[in-house]
Amino acid sequence: MKYTTIAIGSVAALVLMPGLAMSDPDEDSLTINGDISIVTETDAPAHTENLSTIYSGWRFRSDETQAFQMDDFDNPGMIGVENAMVNWETVDGSAGKSCASCHEGPETMAGVRAVYPKWNDEKGKVTTIEMEINDCRTTHMGAQKWKYTGGDMTDMVALISSVSRGMPVNVAIDGPAKETWEQGKELYYTRTGQLELSCANCHEDSYGLMIRADHLSQGHINGFPTYRLKNTKLNSVHARFKGCVRDTRAETYKPGSTEFIALELYVASRGNGLSVEGPSVRN
Amino acid sequence: MEMTRRKLLAFGSGTFVLATLSSLPAFATLTDDAIAELTGGADMGEGAITLTAPEIAENGNTVPIAFDAPGAAEVTLFADGNPVPNVATFKFGPLSASRGASTRIRLATTQNVVAIAKMEDGSFQMAKANVKVTIGGCGG
Amino acid sequence: MASGVKPRVKVPKKAAAGETITIKTLISHKMESGQRKDDDGNVIPRSIINRFTADFNGENVIDVTLEPAISTNPYFQFEAVVPESGEFKFTWYDDDGSVYDTTKKITVG
Repeated sequence: MKYTTIAIGSVAALVLMPGLAMSDPDEDSLTINGDISIVTETDAPAHTENLSTIYSGWRFRSDETQAFQMDDFDNPGMIGVENAMVNWETVDGSAGKSCASCHEGPETMAGVRAVYPKWNDEKGKVTTIEMEINDCRTTHMGAQKWKYTGGDMTDMVALISSVSRGMPVNVAIDGPAKETWEQGKELYYTRTGQLELSCANCHEDSYGLMIRADHLSQGHINGFPTYRLKNTKLNSVHARFKGCVRDTRAETYKPGSTEFIALELYVASRGNGLSVEGPSVRN
Repeated sequence: MEMTRRKLLAFGSGTFVLATLSSLPAFATLTDDAIAELTGGADMGEGAITLTAPEIAENGNTVPIAFDAPGAAEVTLFADGNPVPNVATFKFGPLSASRGASTRIRLATTQNVVAIAKMEDGSFQMAKANVKVTIGGCGG
Repeated sequence: MASGVKPRVKVPKKAAAGETITIKTLISHKMESGQRKDDDGNVIPRSIINRFTADFNGENVIDVTLEPAISTNPYFQFEAVVPESGEFKFTWYDDDGSVYDTTKKITVG
């Protein structure tokens, strides 16, 4: 019978030799549903001084994990997208509106994920998709805020992301966003915790190496929200940041904090040119 | 080679590691019991069933597994390092095309996945695959 | 009934008589194994989908017994032969007594 081929690639073979240095992502290419071509490797944006090529985290995963993301039916992250489709149509709050009341179908959100976080003139600050969703809920719908990294929120971000898959990430870092971007860059290179590790130590200096049994990626966030095999749910960018910072044995910033918003803008900008992949599947 | 105390210590700790490794499948007897119960101790053939599993699973929580057993009436999967060895039993009805399927399973640790097919003629076939379950670097 | 449980199936809409078709199924379900403990050290009771069946026009394709070692959001891929036009019925049985089902029509011609 025909199965999606589940061959063990070179990545998996190398995991057997954790003592050996290696630096290459694999050579696989990603097309979703046989239809959406995903750019998983491209020239690093000019502002990224220490990388010449950027790779999606998908390229650092085993063939089996990669296969989960190649078909929407095989991708358990799409369960979250389906949950969000129900919420999209569901009237909530005092104004008697749903998302659909103003935005029609979710496909009208195409392109949004690619440019966020983004400067919001009215608010005079950089906002994330989560903040815009909660702004819609409180200002326009008269509904309760969702928890920043809660299930309903992350599912909705995944739905909004899913309609931008294949589009290049292109967050603006100049103009009014520059100050926030600079703050994010500062955080990226700041060592935290008892282990004294910065984002850069792992994801810039050491990508491709093994951290225990884990193949370190460049830490791009073009695939978020990400369904992790580990906790079998969609994970948001800020929840992942929190996990990373905690793993350096530091007190972490809070999801939705100005620090993590700035870091999200900076990290997103390092992936400018990769395709939006969310909801992706990772280990 | 002159055997110094230091070398002897190193040698000793090496054999200890080997001994520990060889006793890895701690629950293997449970699986043997479960298989014996399934087959009634009948002889086991090999070759008519194939089992596809990753050599290394990036996370033991979700491991893709597939089997193909032409001529099987039912197939039972076991994981010999799990606290409970039984994973699933697939019974094939008259409208099943191939006698194969794929699913996703939990593996508590590095271990063998065992597939036992009960063939339409009542005989048994077995296939086994060792899956290394890695412990990640980042809990996230 | 456990919350958030929703079956999904993927079946081709058309096939030739006697053709082999591939079916994929997935149901959102926690599959609580009964092996985990909560923060107070108490065992979280087992709560899983324990059986899945697929039938076509009343005849069985596959009948699966699931144990707690099946991952969260149980997924199956398998193959069926379709002798004539008709309807697939997929059924999942929960430990808590709930039964979830869904149907898909297929045209043979």
